[in-house]
Amino acid sequence: MERNIVLIALFAALIAALGLVPKLTLISGVPISAQSLGVMLCGTVLGAKRGALAVLLFLLLVAVGLPLLAGGRGGLGMFVGVTAGFLYGWVIAAFVTGWIVETWRSVPLFWSAFAASVVGGIIVLYVPGIIGMALVLDKPLAVATGFATPFLPGDVIKAVIAGLVTAALYRARPDSVLSRSR
Amino acid sequence: MISLTSPVETPFHRWPAGLKLAGLSAATFLMFLTDDPWLLLAALGGVVAAYAIGGWRFLAAGLRLLRPVWVFVVVVAAWHLYTADLVGGSAVVLRLLAAVGMANLVTMTTRLSDMIAVIRLLLAPLRRIGLSTGALEIAVALVIRFVPVLAQKGGNLAEAWRARSPRRAGWRIVAPLALMALDDADHVAEALRARGGVQ
Repeated sequence: MERNIVLIALFAALIAALGLVPKLTLISGVPISAQSLGVMLCGTVLGAKRGALAVLLFLLLVAVGLPLLAGGRGGLGMFVGVTAGFLYGWVIAAFVTGWIVETWRSVPLFWSAFAASVVGGIIVLYVPGIIGMALVLDKPLAVATGFATPFLPGDVIKAVIAGLVTAALYRARPDSVLSRSR
Repeated sequence: MISLTSPVETPFHRWPAGLKLAGLSAATFLMFLTDDPWLLLAALGGVVAAYAIGGWRFLAAGLRLLRPVWVFVVVVAAWHLYTADLVGGSAVVLRLLAAVGMANLVTMTTRLSDMIAVIRLLLAPLRRIGLSTGALEIAVALVIRFVPVLAQKGGNLAEAWRARSPRRAGWRIVAPLALMALDDADHVAEALRARGGVQ
């Protein structure tokens, strides 16, 4: 009980800490922040339920006014803005990512964590994100999808890193990678 | 950690947090129902006037908080100039600015403790049916305490990397940082249990 609560809280803090990592700018000029990598890790390390709860806790603290999103952003405005759909989507993304890692155990952890991050952290995440953009900007879904695609290469890189980091954590502390240990 | 609450005192700081949140939800919902640019212009005018009551410094801080929105305002404006649908475009831009501005206004005028009091109030029914909300309260406190701790540890890792390599550390410090978080979690969980655990 205590360990679960603390792990959820610390991974919520980890998402925030990754938001402080300076943004990397791809050759295409699109900035990528490490924050959604934190969301993927919540799923791949903590598993579906705890991962989603960690993201939910993080979003709660953003909503009450703490500047925890990348670039020191936060507050209620983020939940009605253009990218709000991605914030809501993070919860589902962490859950699906965790569920895939928990279920698909027949391959080495890197591969299942990488695949789970692609499916959960990109495909599943983009659905609410793109719907949100289409609603707020009042544009067709195809146009909103066009706005989101420049971020795709960065997110694939993050999925690879999530796989590598999860595998490294599993080597160092097999008991702590809850998505695999139980 | 500093919250986004504005240090400039406005009359809105004294309004009950629950009332502000309920009003914000209702106003945002209504704004997404209408497409009438004049109504949305009136809404934006109201929001700007509310900021103006707080004075120049408050208004400037509000504009800074709108930074993530400007890119999209420019993109949408350019799009609608190109398609010559100025009425539709102005509705989108006005709604976006009014909705985000209003939400930020609530954030800027409500203290963290008042927000948390609202959450406690919303969770009261859960306590009545016998669920414990102590876990959530301790988790919130832990996150607030551990963001600066992990940020500091990440900074140390990046510095140690720079001492050994001419290149930036980048993602290579994520694994050790997550490992530290896992180890910290074990210690903190033990400390919590030693003090009687979470009820």
